[in-house]
Amino acid sequence: MTKRDLPALSIIELRDFLRRGEISPSETLQALEERINAVDPEIGAYLVHDFATAMSEAKKADVSLPLGGIPIAIKDLINVEGQQCSCASKILRGYCAPYSATVIEKLRGHGAIPFGRMNMDEFAMGSSTENSSVQLTRNPWDLSRVPGGSSGGSAAAVAADIAFGALGTDTGGSIRQPAALSGIVGFKPSYGRVSRFGLVAFASSLDQIGPLTKTVHDSALLMNAIAGHDSHDSTSLNVAVPDYAKNLGRDLKGIRIGLPKEYMIEGVDPAVKSAVIAAVKQLGGLGAEIIEVSLPHTDYAISVYYIVATAEASANLARFDGVRYGHRADNVSSLFDHYARTRAEGFGAEVKRRIILGTYVLSSGYYDAYYLRAQKVRELIRQDFVRAFEKVEAVVSPTSPSPAFKLGEKTTDPLQMYLADIFTNAANLAGICGISVPCGFAEPESGKMLPIGLQLLGKALDEARIFQIAHAYEQSTDWHKARPVIEPIAA
Amino acid sequence: MASELDVAYVAQLARLQLTAEETELFQKQLGDVLKYAEKLKEVNVEGVEGAAHAVPIFNVFRADEPCDWFTASEALSNAPRQANNLFIVTKVVE
Repeated sequence: MTKRDLPALSIIELRDFLRRGEISPSETLQALEERINAVDPEIGAYLVHDFATAMSEAKKADVSLPLGGIPIAIKDLINVEGQQCSCASKILRGYCAPYSATVIEKLRGHGAIPFGRMNMDEFAMGSSTENSSVQLTRNPWDLSRVPGGSSGGSAAAVAADIAFGALGTDTGGSIRQPAALSGIVGFKPSYGRVSRFGLVAFASSLDQIGPLTKTVHDSALLMNAIAGHDSHDSTSLNVAVPDYAKNLGRDLKGIRIGLPKEYMIEGVDPAVKSAVIAAVKQLGGLGAEIIEVSLPHTDYAISVYYIVATAEASANLARFDGVRYGHRADNVSSLFDHYARTRAEGFGAEVKRRIILGTYVLSSGYYDAYYLRAQKVRELIRQDFVRAFEKVEAVVSPTSPSPAFKLGEKTTDPLQMYLADIFTNAANLAGICGISVPCGFAEPESGKMLPIGLQLLGKALDEARIFQIAHAYEQSTDWHKARPVIEPIAA
Repeated sequence: MASELDVAYVAQLARLQLTAEETELFQKQLGDVLKYAEKLKEVNVEGVEGAAHAVPIFNVFRADEPCDWFTASEALSNAPRQANNLFIVTKVVE
Protein backbone atom coordinates (compact mmCIF):
# COMPACT_ATOMS: atom_id res chain seq x y z
CA MET A 1 0.00 0.00 0.00
CA THR A 2 1.26 3.49 -0.86
CA LYS A 3 0.48 6.61 1.17
CA ARG A 4 -1.72 7.68 -1.71
CA ASP A 5 -3.96 4.63 -1.23
CA LEU A 6 -4.23 5.13 2.51
CA PRO A 7 -7.44 7.23 2.54
CA ALA A 8 -9.29 4.43 0.72
CA LEU A 9 -8.92 2.11 3.73
CA SER A 10 -11.85 1.19 5.94
CA ILE A 11 -11.56 2.01 9.65
CA ILE A 12 -10.88 -1.62 10.49
CA GLU A 13 -8.14 -1.89 7.86
CA LEU A 14 -6.57 1.39 8.98
CA ARG A 15 -6.70 0.24 12.59
CA ASP A 16 -4.73 -2.89 11.73
CA PHE A 17 -2.04 -0.88 9.89
CA LEU A 18 -1.78 1.52 12.84
CA ARG A 19 -1.57 -1.27 15.40
CA ARG A 20 1.14 -3.09 13.48
CA GLY A 21 3.07 0.18 13.42
CA GLU A 22 3.28 0.15 9.61
CA ILE A 23 1.89 3.68 9.49
CA SER A 24 1.54 6.32 12.18
CA PRO A 25 -1.51 8.46 13.05
CA SER A 26 0.44 11.53 11.81
CA GLU A 27 1.13 9.92 8.43
CA THR A 28 -2.53 8.92 8.22
CA LEU A 29 -3.70 12.46 8.86
CA GLN A 30 -1.14 13.86 6.41
CA ALA A 31 -2.31 11.49 3.66
CA LEU A 32 -5.95 12.36 4.39
CA GLU A 33 -5.19 16.09 4.30
CA GLU A 34 -3.50 15.72 0.91
CA ARG A 35 -6.45 13.87 -0.53
CA ILE A 36 -8.93 16.40 0.92
CA ASN A 37 -6.97 19.22 -0.72
CA ALA A 38 -6.94 17.36 -4.03
CA VAL A 39 -10.53 16.10 -4.12
CA ASP A 40 -12.74 18.24 -1.89
CA PRO A 41 -12.72 21.30 -4.19
CA GLU A 42 -14.84 19.07 -6.51
CA ILE A 43 -17.06 17.68 -3.75
CA GLY A 44 -17.56 20.47 -1.20
CA ALA A 45 -18.02 18.13 1.77
CA TYR A 46 -15.88 20.02 4.30
CA LEU A 47 -16.94 23.45 5.58
CA VAL A 48 -13.65 23.79 7.49
CA HIS A 49 -11.01 21.44 8.84
CA ASP A 50 -8.31 22.30 11.35
CA PHE A 51 -5.29 20.26 10.30
CA ALA A 52 -2.89 21.70 12.92
CA THR A 53 -5.12 20.87 15.91
CA ALA A 54 -5.84 17.38 14.59
CA MET A 55 -2.11 16.83 14.01
CA SER A 56 -1.31 17.68 17.61
CA GLU A 57 -3.92 15.08 18.67
CA ALA A 58 -2.50 12.56 16.17
CA LYS A 59 0.99 12.90 17.64
CA LYS A 60 -0.36 11.93 21.06
CA ALA A 61 -2.72 9.21 19.81
CA ASP A 62 -2.81 5.82 21.55
CA VAL A 63 -3.21 3.25 18.78
CA SER A 64 -4.03 0.50 21.27
CA LEU A 65 -7.46 2.07 21.81
CA PRO A 66 -10.38 0.77 19.67
CA LEU A 67 -10.28 3.84 17.35
CA GLY A 68 -6.80 5.04 18.28
CA GLY A 69 -5.47 7.71 15.93
CA ILE A 70 -8.37 7.48 13.47
CA PRO A 71 -9.77 10.80 12.19
CA ILE A 72 -13.59 10.99 12.18
CA ALA A 73 -15.46 13.76 10.34
CA ILE A 74 -18.20 15.58 12.26
CA LYS A 75 -21.44 17.06 10.91
CA ASP A 76 -21.45 20.79 11.65
CA LEU A 77 -24.18 20.63 14.31
CA ILE A 78 -22.32 18.54 16.89
CA ASN A 79 -20.27 20.69 19.27
CA VAL A 80 -16.51 20.15 19.47
CA GLU A 81 -14.90 22.54 21.94
CA GLY A 82 -12.86 25.22 20.24
CA GLN A 83 -14.25 24.50 16.76
CA GLN A 84 -17.00 26.20 14.75
CA CYS A 85 -20.53 24.80 15.01
CA SER A 86 -22.58 26.71 12.45
CA CYS A 87 -25.27 24.18 11.43
CA ALA A 88 -24.46 25.55 7.94
CA SER A 89 -26.61 28.54 8.92
CA LYS A 90 -25.88 32.26 8.66
CA ILE A 91 -27.37 32.71 12.12
CA LEU A 92 -24.49 30.72 13.66
CA ARG A 93 -21.71 31.91 11.38
CA GLY A 94 -18.55 32.26 13.47
CA TYR A 95 -20.02 30.42 16.47
CA CYS A 96 -17.22 28.68 18.39
CA ALA A 97 -18.29 25.77 20.60
CA PRO A 98 -17.41 26.33 24.28
CA TYR A 99 -17.87 22.64 25.13
CA SER A 100 -17.89 19.22 23.47
CA ALA A 101 -20.87 16.94 22.88
CA THR A 102 -20.95 13.65 24.80
CA VAL A 103 -20.42 11.70 21.55
CA ILE A 104 -17.20 13.67 20.97
CA GLU A 105 -15.93 12.89 24.48
CA LYS A 106 -16.79 9.24 23.86
CA LEU A 107 -15.04 9.16 20.46
CA ARG A 108 -11.95 10.68 22.05
CA GLY A 109 -12.19 8.12 24.85
CA HIS A 110 -11.87 5.45 22.14
CA GLY A 111 -8.85 7.26 20.71
CA ALA A 112 -10.49 8.86 17.64
CA ILE A 113 -9.64 12.37 16.40
CA PRO A 114 -12.64 14.57 15.48
CA PHE A 115 -11.48 16.14 12.21
CA GLY A 116 -13.47 18.49 10.01
CA ARG A 117 -16.85 20.19 10.06
CA MET A 118 -19.11 18.64 7.45
CA ASN A 119 -21.61 20.45 5.23
CA MET A 120 -25.32 19.81 5.79
CA ASP A 121 -28.75 21.21 5.10
CA GLU A 122 -29.19 24.23 7.37
CA PHE A 123 -30.19 22.95 10.85
CA ALA A 124 -30.49 19.46 9.28
CA MET A 125 -33.63 20.50 7.39
CA GLY A 126 -33.52 18.95 3.96
CA SER A 127 -32.84 15.83 1.90
CA SER A 128 -30.18 17.10 -0.53
CA THR A 129 -27.74 19.37 1.39
CA GLU A 130 -28.83 22.16 -0.99
CA ASN A 131 -30.24 24.08 1.99
CA SER A 132 -26.72 24.79 3.29
CA SER A 133 -26.21 28.56 3.50
CA VAL A 134 -22.52 28.04 2.72
CA GLN A 135 -21.94 25.75 -0.26
CA LEU A 136 -23.20 22.89 -2.38
CA THR A 137 -21.97 19.37 -1.82
CA ARG A 138 -21.79 17.17 -4.91
CA ASN A 139 -22.36 13.44 -5.16
CA PRO A 140 -18.97 11.77 -5.75
CA TRP A 141 -20.61 9.32 -8.19
CA ASP A 142 -21.99 12.10 -10.40
CA LEU A 143 -20.98 15.68 -9.67
CA SER A 144 -24.20 17.01 -11.23
CA ARG A 145 -26.27 15.26 -8.54
CA VAL A 146 -26.99 15.73 -4.84
CA PRO A 147 -25.34 13.54 -2.18
CA GLY A 148 -28.63 13.34 -0.27
CA GLY A 149 -29.21 15.05 3.03
CA SER A 150 -29.20 16.39 5.51
CA SER A 151 -25.86 14.68 6.42
CA GLY A 152 -24.69 15.13 2.80
CA GLY A 153 -21.19 16.40 3.62
CA SER A 154 -20.56 13.45 5.95
CA ALA A 155 -21.85 10.95 3.35
CA ALA A 156 -20.03 12.45 0.36
CA ALA A 157 -16.74 12.63 2.27
CA VAL A 158 -16.86 8.94 3.21
CA ALA A 159 -17.87 7.97 -0.34
CA ALA A 160 -15.04 10.05 -1.84
CA ASP A 161 -12.42 8.57 0.53
CA ILE A 162 -11.80 11.95 2.13
CA ALA A 163 -13.05 10.66 5.50
CA PHE A 164 -12.60 7.21 7.04
CA GLY A 165 -15.91 7.59 8.82
CA ALA A 166 -18.20 10.37 9.95
CA LEU A 167 -20.90 11.27 12.41
CA GLY A 168 -24.22 12.57 11.15
CA THR A 169 -27.70 12.97 12.56
CA ASP A 170 -30.95 11.32 11.53
CA THR A 171 -34.25 13.06 12.32
CA GLY A 172 -36.29 11.67 9.41
CA GLY A 173 -33.69 9.79 7.38
CA SER A 174 -30.79 12.27 7.33
CA ILE A 175 -28.15 9.55 7.83
CA ARG A 176 -29.73 6.66 5.92
CA GLN A 177 -30.84 8.59 2.81
CA PRO A 178 -27.49 10.32 2.06
CA ALA A 179 -25.71 7.01 2.78
CA ALA A 180 -27.95 5.34 0.19
CA LEU A 181 -27.48 8.07 -2.42
CA SER A 182 -23.71 8.15 -1.86
CA GLY A 183 -23.16 4.36 -1.81
CA ILE A 184 -22.04 3.91 1.80
CA VAL A 185 -23.38 2.54 5.11
CA GLY A 186 -25.51 4.79 7.33
CA PHE A 187 -26.89 3.78 10.73
CA LYS A 188 -29.66 5.37 12.77
CA PRO A 189 -29.65 4.17 16.39
CA SER A 190 -32.85 3.63 18.38
CA TYR A 191 -34.11 6.78 20.06
CA GLY A 192 -32.31 7.19 23.39
CA ARG A 193 -29.38 4.91 22.51
CA VAL A 194 -26.96 7.76 21.82
CA SER A 195 -26.72 10.94 23.88
CA ARG A 196 -27.94 14.14 22.24
CA PHE A 197 -26.06 16.36 24.69
CA GLY A 198 -24.10 18.88 22.66
CA LEU A 199 -26.13 18.28 19.49
CA VAL A 200 -27.92 21.40 18.23
CA ALA A 201 -31.57 20.34 18.48
CA PHE A 202 -33.86 20.21 15.43
CA ALA A 203 -36.72 17.93 16.55
CA SER A 204 -35.89 16.62 20.00
CA SER A 205 -38.19 13.57 20.01
CA LEU A 206 -36.78 12.36 16.67
CA ASP A 207 -33.08 13.36 16.50
CA GLN A 208 -30.36 10.72 16.87
CA ILE A 209 -26.63 10.89 16.17
CA GLY A 210 -25.18 7.97 14.21
CA PRO A 211 -22.26 6.82 12.04
CA LEU A 212 -21.66 6.98 8.26
CA THR A 213 -18.98 4.52 7.17
CA LYS A 214 -17.63 2.42 4.31
CA THR A 215 -18.66 -0.90 5.89
CA VAL A 216 -21.12 -2.36 8.40
CA HIS A 217 -18.22 -3.48 10.61
CA ASP A 218 -16.92 0.12 10.77
CA SER A 219 -20.42 1.30 11.65
CA ALA A 220 -20.58 -1.16 14.55
CA LEU A 221 -17.17 0.04 15.81
CA LEU A 222 -18.31 3.68 15.83
CA MET A 223 -21.52 2.70 17.59
CA ASN A 224 -19.45 0.88 20.22
CA ALA A 225 -17.79 4.22 20.88
CA ILE A 226 -20.80 6.57 20.95
CA ALA A 227 -23.68 4.49 22.41
CA GLY A 228 -24.65 4.53 26.05
CA HIS A 229 -26.36 6.37 28.85
CA ASP A 230 -25.53 10.00 29.59
CA SER A 231 -26.77 11.81 32.69
CA HIS A 232 -26.67 15.06 30.67
CA ASP A 233 -29.47 13.84 28.37
CA SER A 234 -32.66 12.89 30.20
CA THR A 235 -33.93 11.00 27.12
CA SER A 236 -30.86 8.77 26.92
CA LEU A 237 -31.67 5.24 28.03
CA ASN A 238 -29.92 3.67 30.98
CA VAL A 239 -29.56 0.19 29.48
CA ALA A 240 -26.54 -2.01 28.79
CA VAL A 241 -24.78 -1.59 25.42
CA PRO A 242 -23.69 -4.85 23.76
CA ASP A 243 -20.49 -5.16 21.70
CA TYR A 244 -21.94 -4.48 18.26
CA ALA A 245 -18.89 -5.82 16.41
CA LYS A 246 -18.93 -9.15 18.24
CA ASN A 247 -21.62 -11.18 16.50
CA LEU A 248 -20.90 -10.07 12.95
CA GLY A 249 -20.20 -12.71 10.34
CA ARG A 250 -22.98 -15.12 11.26
CA ASP A 251 -25.33 -16.58 8.71
CA LEU A 252 -29.01 -15.72 8.82
CA LYS A 253 -30.55 -19.07 9.77
CA GLY A 254 -33.53 -18.52 12.03
CA ILE A 255 -33.78 -14.83 11.12
CA ARG A 256 -37.17 -13.69 9.83
CA ILE A 257 -37.26 -10.63 7.60
CA GLY A 258 -40.49 -8.76 6.87
CA LEU A 259 -41.43 -7.29 3.53
CA PRO A 260 -44.16 -4.67 4.18
CA LYS A 261 -46.86 -4.88 1.54
CA GLU A 262 -47.55 -1.14 1.95
CA TYR A 263 -44.03 -0.34 0.70
CA MET A 264 -44.76 -1.77 -2.76
CA ILE A 265 -45.86 1.66 -3.90
CA GLU A 266 -46.02 3.44 -7.23
CA GLY A 267 -43.28 5.92 -7.95
CA VAL A 268 -40.33 3.78 -6.87
CA ASP A 269 -37.61 3.93 -9.51
CA PRO A 270 -37.52 0.61 -11.47
CA ALA A 271 -33.77 0.19 -10.84
CA VAL A 272 -34.33 0.66 -7.10
CA LYS A 273 -37.17 -1.83 -7.14
CA SER A 274 -35.22 -4.54 -8.94
CA ALA A 275 -32.11 -4.01 -6.76
CA VAL A 276 -34.18 -4.37 -3.59
CA ILE A 277 -36.00 -7.46 -4.89
CA ALA A 278 -32.62 -9.02 -5.69
CA ALA A 279 -31.33 -8.11 -2.23
CA VAL A 280 -34.34 -9.76 -0.57
CA LYS A 281 -33.62 -12.95 -2.58
CA GLN A 282 -30.02 -12.73 -1.44
CA LEU A 283 -31.11 -12.46 2.20
CA GLY A 284 -33.27 -15.54 1.64
CA GLY A 285 -30.27 -17.34 0.18
CA LEU A 286 -28.31 -16.59 3.34
CA GLY A 287 -30.89 -18.50 5.34
CA ALA A 288 -33.35 -15.77 6.33
CA GLU A 289 -37.06 -16.49 6.12
CA ILE A 290 -38.87 -13.77 4.14
CA ILE A 291 -42.37 -12.99 5.43
CA GLU A 292 -44.92 -10.45 4.22
CA VAL A 293 -45.85 -8.03 7.01
CA SER A 294 -48.27 -5.12 7.21
CA LEU A 295 -47.61 -1.57 8.40
CA PRO A 296 -51.11 -0.21 7.78
CA HIS A 297 -50.39 3.43 8.71
CA THR A 298 -47.40 3.81 6.36
CA ASP A 299 -49.24 6.25 4.10
CA TYR A 300 -49.56 8.78 6.96
CA ALA A 301 -45.93 8.83 8.11
CA ILE A 302 -44.79 11.80 6.02
CA SER A 303 -47.73 13.95 7.14
CA VAL A 304 -47.19 13.07 10.79
CA TYR A 305 -43.46 13.62 10.45
CA TYR A 306 -43.71 17.10 8.94
CA ILE A 307 -46.20 18.19 11.61
CA VAL A 308 -44.27 16.78 14.60
CA ALA A 309 -40.81 17.73 13.32
CA THR A 310 -41.75 21.31 12.40
CA ALA A 311 -43.66 21.83 15.67
CA GLU A 312 -40.59 20.79 17.66
CA ALA A 313 -38.28 22.79 15.39
CA SER A 314 -40.33 25.97 15.82
CA ALA A 315 -39.90 25.64 19.59
CA ASN A 316 -36.21 24.67 19.45
CA LEU A 317 -35.31 27.49 17.06
CA ALA A 318 -37.00 30.08 19.27
CA ARG A 319 -33.70 30.24 21.16
CA PHE A 320 -32.06 32.09 18.27
CA ASP A 321 -32.82 35.55 19.61
CA GLY A 322 -29.62 37.43 18.75
CA VAL A 323 -28.71 37.94 22.41
CA ARG A 324 -26.64 35.05 23.76
CA TYR A 325 -25.02 33.87 20.52
CA GLY A 326 -25.35 34.09 16.78
CA HIS A 327 -26.33 36.83 14.38
CA ARG A 328 -27.97 40.02 15.68
CA ALA A 329 -29.67 42.62 13.48
CA ASP A 330 -28.34 46.20 13.58
CA ASN A 331 -30.25 49.43 14.22
CA VAL A 332 -33.41 47.85 15.58
CA SER A 333 -36.43 50.02 16.40
CA SER A 334 -38.03 47.78 19.03
CA LEU A 335 -37.68 44.40 20.72
CA PHE A 336 -40.06 42.87 18.18
CA ASP A 337 -38.02 44.36 15.35
CA HIS A 338 -34.84 42.98 17.00
CA TYR A 339 -36.20 39.43 17.02
CA ALA A 340 -38.01 39.53 13.68
CA ARG A 341 -35.11 40.99 11.70
CA THR A 342 -32.38 38.98 13.47
CA ARG A 343 -34.22 35.79 12.53
CA ALA A 344 -35.16 36.98 9.03
CA GLU A 345 -31.52 37.79 8.29
CA GLY A 346 -30.12 34.65 9.92
CA PHE A 347 -32.39 31.82 8.73
CA GLY A 348 -32.64 30.46 5.18
CA ALA A 349 -35.88 29.78 3.27
CA GLU A 350 -36.44 26.16 4.32
CA VAL A 351 -35.86 26.93 8.00
CA LYS A 352 -38.33 29.83 7.78
CA ARG A 353 -40.90 27.61 6.07
CA ARG A 354 -40.61 24.99 8.79
CA ILE A 355 -40.80 27.54 11.61
CA ILE A 356 -44.00 28.92 10.04
CA LEU A 357 -45.53 25.46 9.60
CA GLY A 358 -44.52 24.38 13.11
CA THR A 359 -45.84 27.56 14.71
CA TYR A 360 -49.11 27.16 12.81
CA VAL A 361 -49.77 23.54 13.85
CA LEU A 362 -49.14 24.49 17.49
CA SER A 363 -51.19 27.69 17.38
CA SER A 364 -54.49 28.23 19.14
CA GLY A 365 -57.38 26.76 17.16
CA TYR A 366 -55.20 24.40 15.08
CA TYR A 367 -53.33 22.47 17.77
CA ASP A 368 -55.98 19.73 18.10
CA ALA A 369 -56.57 19.34 14.38
CA TYR A 370 -52.91 19.06 13.45
CA TYR A 371 -50.44 18.51 16.28
CA LEU A 372 -52.57 16.41 18.63
CA ARG A 373 -53.97 14.31 15.78
CA ALA A 374 -50.45 13.80 14.42
CA GLN A 375 -49.27 12.58 17.82
CA LYS A 376 -52.11 10.05 17.90
CA VAL A 377 -51.33 8.77 14.42
CA ARG A 378 -47.67 8.65 15.47
CA GLU A 379 -48.71 6.21 18.20
CA LEU A 380 -50.54 4.06 15.61
CA ILE A 381 -47.41 4.03 13.43
CA ARG A 382 -45.34 2.98 16.47
CA GLN A 383 -47.82 0.16 17.20
CA ASP A 384 -47.61 -1.02 13.56
CA PHE A 385 -43.91 -1.69 14.10
CA VAL A 386 -44.40 -3.29 17.52
CA ARG A 387 -46.81 -5.77 15.89
CA ALA A 388 -44.55 -6.38 12.90
CA PHE A 389 -41.58 -7.10 15.16
CA GLU A 390 -43.56 -9.81 16.91
CA LYS A 391 -43.30 -11.77 13.65
CA VAL A 392 -39.92 -10.70 12.26
CA GLU A 393 -36.48 -9.54 13.38
CA ALA A 394 -36.11 -6.92 10.64
CA VAL A 395 -38.20 -5.04 8.08
CA VAL A 396 -36.64 -4.55 4.64
CA SER A 397 -37.32 -1.78 2.09
CA PRO A 398 -35.57 0.63 -0.25
CA THR A 399 -33.93 3.48 1.70
CA SER A 400 -34.95 6.05 -0.90
CA PRO A 401 -37.53 5.72 -3.71
CA SER A 402 -34.94 6.95 -6.23
CA PRO A 403 -31.18 7.19 -6.66
CA ALA A 404 -29.49 10.59 -6.35
CA PHE A 405 -31.43 13.34 -8.13
CA LYS A 406 -29.99 16.31 -10.00
CA LEU A 407 -28.87 19.44 -8.16
CA GLY A 408 -31.75 21.93 -8.36
CA GLU A 409 -34.31 19.31 -9.40
CA LYS A 410 -36.49 19.56 -6.26
CA THR A 411 -35.51 22.86 -4.68
CA THR A 412 -38.57 24.79 -5.85
CA ASP A 413 -41.11 22.25 -4.61
CA PRO A 414 -40.76 21.48 -0.88
CA LEU A 415 -43.52 18.85 -0.94
CA GLN A 416 -41.67 16.81 -3.59
CA MET A 417 -38.51 17.03 -1.46
CA TYR A 418 -40.47 15.86 1.62
CA LEU A 419 -41.88 12.86 -0.29
CA ALA A 420 -38.29 11.62 -0.84
CA ASP A 421 -38.35 10.61 2.86
CA ILE A 422 -41.19 8.13 2.44
CA PHE A 423 -39.28 5.01 3.60
CA THR A 424 -37.25 6.65 6.37
CA ASN A 425 -39.59 8.96 8.36
CA ALA A 426 -41.52 6.21 10.12
CA ALA A 427 -38.47 4.79 11.93
CA ASN A 428 -37.87 8.11 13.68
CA LEU A 429 -41.54 8.43 14.65
CA ALA A 430 -41.46 4.89 16.09
CA GLY A 431 -38.04 5.33 17.78
CA ILE A 432 -36.64 2.15 16.20
CA CYS A 433 -33.19 1.56 14.66
CA GLY A 434 -32.26 1.20 11.01
CA ILE A 435 -29.42 0.93 8.55
CA SER A 436 -28.84 1.63 4.88
CA VAL A 437 -26.37 -0.63 3.05
CA PRO A 438 -25.36 -0.48 -0.64
CA CYS A 439 -27.40 -2.97 -2.72
CA GLY A 440 -26.75 -2.07 -6.35
CA PHE A 441 -26.53 0.66 -8.94
CA ALA A 442 -28.81 2.47 -11.35
CA GLU A 443 -27.50 3.61 -14.70
CA PRO A 444 -29.72 6.50 -15.80
CA GLU A 445 -27.16 7.61 -18.40
CA SER A 446 -24.38 5.63 -19.98
CA GLY A 447 -21.28 5.60 -17.84
CA LYS A 448 -22.93 7.04 -14.72
CA MET A 449 -23.38 4.61 -11.86
CA LEU A 450 -25.72 5.77 -9.10
CA PRO A 451 -25.75 3.81 -5.83
CA ILE A 452 -28.92 2.26 -4.39
CA GLY A 453 -29.45 1.64 -0.68
CA LEU A 454 -31.23 -1.21 1.09
CA GLN A 455 -32.89 -0.27 4.37
CA LEU A 456 -33.15 -2.74 7.25
CA LEU A 457 -35.21 -1.61 10.25
CA GLY A 458 -35.06 -3.30 13.64
CA LYS A 459 -37.00 -2.98 16.85
CA ALA A 460 -35.93 -0.47 19.48
CA LEU A 461 -32.56 -1.33 21.06
CA ASP A 462 -32.04 -4.33 18.73
CA GLU A 463 -29.08 -2.67 16.98
CA ALA A 464 -26.84 -5.74 17.35
CA ARG A 465 -29.24 -7.87 15.29
CA ILE A 466 -29.50 -5.25 12.52
CA PHE A 467 -25.70 -5.06 12.32
CA GLN A 468 -25.57 -8.86 12.12
CA ILE A 469 -28.10 -9.03 9.25
CA ALA A 470 -26.60 -6.06 7.39
CA HIS A 471 -23.07 -7.43 7.71
CA ALA A 472 -24.06 -10.90 6.47
CA TYR A 473 -25.77 -9.30 3.45
CA GLU A 474 -22.90 -6.89 2.74
CA GLN A 475 -20.25 -9.60 2.90
CA SER A 476 -22.19 -11.73 0.43
CA THR A 477 -22.07 -8.94 -2.19
CA ASP A 478 -19.46 -6.69 -3.79
CA TRP A 479 -21.52 -3.49 -3.80
CA HIS A 480 -19.63 -1.90 -0.89
CA LYS A 481 -16.29 -2.43 -2.65
CA ALA A 482 -17.16 -0.18 -5.62
CA ARG A 483 -15.71 3.35 -5.37
CA PRO A 484 -16.50 6.42 -7.44
CA VAL A 485 -13.85 7.76 -9.79
CA ILE A 486 -13.22 11.43 -9.04
CA GLU A 487 -10.73 13.32 -11.13
CA PRO A 488 -8.69 15.44 -8.70
CA ILE A 489 -8.18 19.04 -9.75
CA ALA A 490 -4.53 18.86 -8.67
CA ALA A 491 -2.82 15.56 -9.40
CA MET B 1 -58.27 23.68 6.92
CA ALA B 2 -55.34 24.46 4.62
CA SER B 3 -56.93 27.65 3.37
CA GLU B 4 -57.01 29.00 6.93
CA LEU B 5 -53.23 29.35 7.11
CA ASP B 6 -52.34 33.05 7.20
CA VAL B 7 -48.57 33.10 6.72
CA ALA B 8 -48.22 36.81 7.52
CA TYR B 9 -49.97 36.37 10.88
CA VAL B 10 -48.09 33.19 11.84
CA ALA B 11 -44.79 34.86 10.92
CA GLN B 12 -45.58 37.52 13.54
CA LEU B 13 -46.22 34.82 16.15
CA ALA B 14 -42.88 33.25 15.20
CA ARG B 15 -41.01 36.59 15.34
CA LEU B 16 -39.94 36.27 11.73
CA GLN B 17 -40.01 39.21 9.33
CA LEU B 18 -40.90 37.99 5.84
CA THR B 19 -40.76 39.88 2.56
CA ALA B 20 -43.93 40.10 0.47
CA GLU B 21 -42.40 37.59 -1.97
CA GLU B 22 -41.58 35.12 0.81
CA THR B 23 -45.07 35.46 2.29
CA GLU B 24 -46.71 34.75 -1.05
CA LEU B 25 -44.39 31.84 -1.85
CA PHE B 26 -44.72 30.19 1.58
CA GLN B 27 -48.50 30.64 1.46
CA LYS B 28 -48.60 28.51 -1.69
CA GLN B 29 -45.93 25.99 -0.71
CA LEU B 30 -47.22 25.39 2.82
CA GLY B 31 -50.76 25.30 1.47
CA ASP B 32 -49.66 22.33 -0.65
CA VAL B 33 -48.06 20.63 2.36
CA LEU B 34 -51.16 21.14 4.54
CA LYS B 35 -53.38 19.88 1.74
CA TYR B 36 -51.26 16.73 1.59
CA ALA B 37 -51.55 16.39 5.39
CA GLU B 38 -55.37 16.50 5.14
CA LYS B 39 -55.23 12.72 4.75
CA LEU B 40 -54.66 12.45 8.51
CA LYS B 41 -58.39 13.18 8.85
CA GLU B 42 -59.12 9.71 7.42
CA VAL B 43 -57.51 7.97 10.40
CA ASN B 44 -59.69 6.77 13.24
CA VAL B 45 -57.87 8.03 16.34
CA GLU B 46 -60.74 7.32 18.74
CA GLY B 47 -59.30 6.28 22.11
CA VAL B 48 -55.67 6.58 20.97
CA GLU B 49 -53.29 8.22 23.41
CA GLY B 50 -50.95 10.59 21.57
CA ALA B 51 -47.24 9.76 21.59
CA ALA B 52 -45.09 12.78 22.42
CA HIS B 53 -42.07 10.48 22.46
CA ALA B 54 -41.46 7.07 20.91
CA VAL B 55 -39.80 5.86 24.10
CA PRO B 56 -41.89 7.05 27.03
CA ILE B 57 -39.66 7.65 30.06
CA PHE B 58 -40.79 9.86 32.89
CA ASN B 59 -39.37 11.57 35.96
CA VAL B 60 -35.69 11.39 35.15
CA PHE B 61 -33.81 12.80 38.12
CA ARG B 62 -30.17 13.23 38.93
CA ALA B 63 -28.49 14.16 42.17
CA ASP B 64 -28.74 17.90 42.84
CA GLU B 65 -25.03 18.50 43.23
CA PRO B 66 -23.10 21.59 42.20
CA CYS B 67 -20.49 21.09 39.49
CA ASP B 68 -18.18 23.24 37.39
CA TRP B 69 -19.78 24.71 34.31
CA PHE B 70 -19.18 27.77 32.16
CA THR B 71 -17.47 30.78 33.62
CA ALA B 72 -19.11 34.11 32.79
CA SER B 73 -16.52 34.81 30.10
CA GLU B 74 -17.09 31.38 28.52
CA ALA B 75 -20.85 31.90 28.56
CA LEU B 76 -20.35 35.29 26.92
CA SER B 77 -17.80 34.04 24.38
CA ASN B 78 -20.30 34.00 21.50
CA ALA B 79 -22.42 36.99 22.52
CA PRO B 80 -22.94 39.46 19.66
CA ARG B 81 -22.98 42.34 22.18
CA GLN B 82 -21.74 42.40 25.77
CA ALA B 83 -20.48 44.77 28.43
CA ASN B 84 -19.42 44.47 32.10
CA ASN B 85 -19.66 40.67 31.94
CA LEU B 86 -23.32 40.92 30.87
CA PHE B 87 -25.32 40.30 27.69
CA ILE B 88 -26.67 43.48 26.15
CA VAL B 89 -30.35 43.13 25.31
CA THR B 90 -32.60 45.42 23.35
CA LYS B 91 -34.66 47.77 25.51
CA VAL B 92 -37.78 45.96 26.80
CA VAL B 93 -39.57 48.69 28.82
CA GLU B 94 -39.98 52.39 27.99
